[in-house]
Order: sequence, then C-alpha cells, then structure tokens
Amino acid sequence: MVALVLVGHSPELLRGLRAMLAQAAPGVPVGVAGGTDGGALGTSAPRILHAVRSALADAADGAIVLLDLGSAALALEMALDDLEPSARARVRVSRGALVEGAVRAAVEAAGGGSLAAVLAASEVPQALDKLPKDWPADGAAPGTLPEETPGRPDR
Amino acid sequence: MSGALVVAWLRLAASRVAAERMRLTDLDAAIGDGDHGINLARGFAALEARLAVGDVSAEAPGPLLALAGRTITGTVGGASGALYGRALLRAAATVEPGPVGAGMSVAQVAAVLRAAVDGIAALGRSRPGEKTMLDALVPAVAALEAAAVAGSGLPDALLRAANAADAGAWATLPLLATKGRASYLGERSIGHLDPGAVSSTLLLRALADAASGA
Repeated sequence: MVALVLVGHSPELLRGLRAMLAQAAPGVPVGVAGGTDGGALGTSAPRILHAVRSALADAADGAIVLLDLGSAALALEMALDDLEPSARARVRVSRGALVEGAVRAAVEAAGGGSLAAVLAASEVPQALDKLPKDWPADGAAPGTLPEETPGRPDR
Repeated sequence: MSGALVVAWLRLAASRVAAERMRLTDLDAAIGDGDHGINLARGFAALEARLAVGDVSAEAPGPLLALAGRTITGTVGGASGALYGRALLRAAATVEPGPVGAGMSVAQVAAVLRAAVDGIAALGRSRPGEKTMLDALVPAVAALEAAAVAGSGLPDALLRAANAADAGAWATLPLLATKGRASYLGERSIGHLDPGAVSSTLLLRALADAASGA
C-alpha cells in the first residue's frame, strides 16, 4: 500500500480533506502536516518530516506528498533534506492539485497501485474535466446571455 | 562573534520584529498575503521564550544558531520561515567550533553570512533582482567581505553590512516580483518594497546594533 501525506497551511483544510479521503478510499494511510508548530496558518518543516516518517512506517510501498501552495514546497524540501536516504527514496512529491489530486491518488492507492501509479493518478490535469464538456469556456453559468455578464464577449 | 553576541542579537531582533510587525505586514498586504510581520513576530516570540530557558549566553554560537534555525523553521510558517530557518541552520553549520566565548573575525562572520545567504538562494531558486530578501542580503554580504579586506572591526563592518542591506531593500521599490506570492501580482508588484528585503534589513541592523552595544 502507498500512503499519502497532505501538506498545507491550514490544519482545518487538511483535516477536512482527510475525512473525504477516508470515505472515498478507506484503509489508505493519510498523514497530514498543516499549520505551524503553534497551530497557526503556515507550514513547518519539522511537522512535515514527522508526518512523512509516520506515513512511511505505515506503508510498505512508499508515500506520495501533496501540497496546497507552492510556498509549502520550501518547508517540504527542508524536511526531505533531513530524511534518511533510504526513506527519501520511497517518497514522491506530486505536482497535482491538492483536493482532486489527493482523491484520485487515494483511490489508486486503495486499489493497490504502485508508487509511480499513485503519483500519476494525482497529477492528471483535473481542472480540465471537473465540469461537463459543454460548459461555457469562460466559466459563466450555462444559459447565461452575453448581455447579462459585464465584459463577456458576444458569442 | 561570540555566543553572547548571538543571544544579544536574537533578543534585539525579537523585540524589533515585534515592534515592526504591523509595518512588515502592511508591506506584505500590498503585494503578498499580508502575514509576513505577524508570522515573523510569532516565530521570534517563540525563539525568545526558548532563549529564556537556562543560561544560553554561555553557549557557543553554533548551537545557538541551530536552536534559532529549528525554532524559526517550525513556528514562522510560510516561505519566510523556511528561508530564514535554512539561513540560520546553514550559519550554524558554518560557524567554526572554537573556545566558548571567543570572538570571530570579520572574515569568519562574513563566511557565515555568505553560507546563510547561499542557503536562501538555493532553497528559493532565486538571485538578486527578483524582489526578494536576497536584494538586501547579497549586498550586505559583499559589504561585510569588503570590510574584512579593509581591516574594519566587527561593529563597523556589521554597520556597513546593515547599510548595504538598507540600500538594497529600498532598491526593490521599482522591481517586478518574479518569485513567491508577490509574483502573482505581476506588474502591480512594482512600486512596493519587498517585505522580505525589509525584514532582512531589520535583522542585520539588529546584529550591527547588538555588536556595537546599542
């Protein structure tokens, strides 16, 4: 089994996402490292390191790390620098969006996917297929007339 | 630079970060997410609390800088916590272990600051001119190295470094941000000081003032 580690600025955001993952893919180990050591908004390299170590202890096939924003990558890199080389080799960091990437990764992990397969699942360009294919390209609600939307080009 | 100077610097830095936290946060609100001063103040308050335990002034600079690095890394949050934490940990690793209480030469302090700033540049994949803390820190390292060559004493050398950082921070005003959260703003980042460059200057000014006993 592959574990997931969610890294982000808000502990509440990550707790909520972990609850969604537990429903979508029960049995997949999910670690979270959200907030600073004092519980404020932010990321903490020591907390990330602890979460990654715990996840690796729970999952023989390694762990995929997902981030909320790019600034979390700095703390993550510091944490991974402090990880033992044998453990670091079992970690992959996803470029995927946090919510969609984590849900897809968890489902793939629950199905017994390899580290590479779970990483690939987390990086599918989710934003492109979240809406039906006939949804207006400018994001307006379907059926909205051009004159009702300020600045919307006539089509 | 002795352990006592490191402690005096960190305490002075903590009080100044606390006093300036709203100014730093206002700068960050203009081009970032408006938390730089609050984040730094939280981290330095945690550091001050750690320094209040036991007689830390008797410790060597290396362990003190490492304690500061670990604390800042875990409590500031955001990119600045990782970057300043990395800088302090690199500084800690570069300080040559010597007799407790012994001073370091200007050249040695310059080498420590160089390693710290290189750590920031490597972690942030950044260089001067991108509207970041490096715009203050890189000129400061150059000034400190020049002062070492010129034979300045440590207080004078650190004053020159702080002045160079100050000039570098002001020079971020017209720059276009291409790194960090400010880069989301594109050209709207022009005309604002970079909060990281300003906080870097504040930290170096505190070091200079601690060294001259101010």
